[in-house]
Amino acid sequence: MQEINGKTIICNYPEIDDSAFGQYGNKTENSAIFQFRKLNFLLDEFAAQNPNVFICDLSSLQNKFGRDFCFDSSVYTSTEMVLSVDILPFAAQRIVDIAAALKGKFKKCLIMDLDNTLWGGVIGDDGIENIQLGHGLGIGKAFSELQLWIKQLKERGIILAVCSKNNEETAKDPFEKHPEMVLKLSDIAVFVANWNTKVENIMNIRQILNIGYDSMVFIDDNPFERNIVRENLPEVTVPELPEDPADYLEFLYNENLFETASFSSGDKDRTKQYQVEAQRVSERKKFDDENGFLKSLNMVSSVDGFTKFLTPRIAQLTQRSNQFNLRTIRYTEEDISRLEADTNGHKCFSFTLEDRFGDNGMICVIVLDKKTPETLFIDTWLMSCRVLKRGMENFTLNTIVRYACQNGYKEIIGEYIPTLKNAMVKEHYPSLGFKPIKGVDNQWVLKVEDYQEKQVFIKEK
Amino acid sequence: MERTEILSQVTDIFRDVLDNEEIVLTENTTANDVEEWDSLSHIQLIVAIEKHFKIKFTSPEILSWKNVGELLETIAKKSA
Repeated sequence: MQEINGKTIICNYPEIDDSAFGQYGNKTENSAIFQFRKLNFLLDEFAAQNPNVFICDLSSLQNKFGRDFCFDSSVYTSTEMVLSVDILPFAAQRIVDIAAALKGKFKKCLIMDLDNTLWGGVIGDDGIENIQLGHGLGIGKAFSELQLWIKQLKERGIILAVCSKNNEETAKDPFEKHPEMVLKLSDIAVFVANWNTKVENIMNIRQILNIGYDSMVFIDDNPFERNIVRENLPEVTVPELPEDPADYLEFLYNENLFETASFSSGDKDRTKQYQVEAQRVSERKKFDDENGFLKSLNMVSSVDGFTKFLTPRIAQLTQRSNQFNLRTIRYTEEDISRLEADTNGHKCFSFTLEDRFGDNGMICVIVLDKKTPETLFIDTWLMSCRVLKRGMENFTLNTIVRYACQNGYKEIIGEYIPTLKNAMVKEHYPSLGFKPIKGVDNQWVLKVEDYQEKQVFIKEK
Repeated sequence: MERTEILSQVTDIFRDVLDNEEIVLTENTTANDVEEWDSLSHIQLIVAIEKHFKIKFTSPEILSWKNVGELLETIAKKSA
C-alpha cells in the first residue's frame, strides 16, 4: 500500500454474525463477528495514519439498510457478488461521494430556516416561552438533537448561516435567551432575518461568504420555500425534509451531504474568521482610499515552507480552493510532504495573514517547479478568497521573485488553466505584469531582472 | 398466466434492464443471441424478474436455465 502514489478507496467489511459462538462471539477473538469488527477498526486506524487511503463505509450502509437488503444469498452463490443488486446504487453513491470530495466538490455551508426547522412553532406568534425546544414542550427534543448535530458540523468546519422570514430582533431572541438552544449566535457566521425572499437572502449570504452555490445546503421545513430556492438557485442542495420533524435527523444522516476528504484542527475556527470578515467589510466603508484602509489593518504575514505542522492544512487548501486557484491541482498530504522534500525539483511557500481584526491562518500556497536552472514554473498558486483585495498577490509575487533572484533564475512562467470556477484569476498574471508567451495559450512569463518590487502594506513576520 | 403473456412481460424487463428497445425474445433465445446480456446484466435481469413476478429463484434454478424457454418454465411454475 505504501508504494501506491495515487489515492485508494477501501471498502470496509459489512459484518456477518455467523452465530457459531452465539453472542459469546462478542467475548472471544475466535469468532467471525469479533474479527470483522476488529478488521474494520484496524482499517480505520490504517486510514487515519495514511493520508492517501479513504474508507468507503459499507458496514454503516449495512447498519442502515439491514443485512437482508444488502446481501442476496442466491446471487452470491451463483456469482460471488457480496452485495445485492439493490444496495449497489447506494454503495456506488458512497464511493462517488469520496471521489467528488477528493476532487474538491463538497459542501461548505449549511443555511438554516428557523421556525419549525430549528425549533417547533413560530417565534413571532408563539413567543420565546412557547416554542418547542429541549425536553419540555411537545416535540422539542427532535429540534434539540438536530441542533446538536448541526453544532457538530460547525465544530468540524461547516459554516452556518441563518435565513429566516422574521424580524431580526425576534429571530435572535431564542439564540440569546432560550436556555435549551444548543446553537448560539457565536455559532452563526451570517445571520439574515428579514422579509425579503429566501432567494435574495441566500444570494446575499453567498456574497458575504464568497463561496459557490454548489457548496451550500439549505434546510427549511416549508416545501414552498424549498421549491422556490430550487427553481431559482438550482446549484444549492435543498434536501426534501420529511414532514415529521422527528424524522429530520435520520433523514439527514442518510443523505451523507457533508462528505469531506480532509480535516484539520483549524477547521473549527472557520466561523470566527467569517464573522471577522464581516467586521472588516464594515470597517472598509470608513475609508475613502484603499491604501489608507490597508495601512490601518496592520497586516503581517509569516512565510514558510511546507512544514510538517502545516501539511494537513496545505493539502486541504489545494483540495478546497476553486476560485482563486490558477491551475487547480489537488494534492494529498503525502503529495505535499513529497514536494517539500524534493528540494532539487521544487520550492514551496505557504503564507499566513494576520491583521488587527484577527488571524486568517494560512491563506496562500505556492509550488514552484524548477524547470531549468534559469526557469521557474508556477505549478500552484492558490489563495483563500477571504483575503482578496489586501495586496496579498503583490506580497506573494515579491517573495517569489526574491527567491528567483537569489537563486539565479532568469524567468518565471505562470499558467492559467480555466475551470468552471476560477474565471476570477483569468487575468491574474497579465495584471501582475507578466507578458504573454507567443504561440502558447494561457501562459505568461516574467523576466526577473525587469521586476520592480510592488508596494505592499503587509509586513513579514 | 399464459406463457405468451409471461414472455411478453419478460421481454419488457429485458428491454428495460438492457436499455435496448429492439430486443425480441423467443423460447429458444440464449445469452449468446443478445449482445448486452452478459454475466453482470444477467444478475440484474434475475433480480428485476424476481421483483416483477414477486417470486424468488433458488440458486439451482438460476444455474439450470439453458434458454429463455426454461426461464419462463420456472416463472410459470413459481407464479402459478
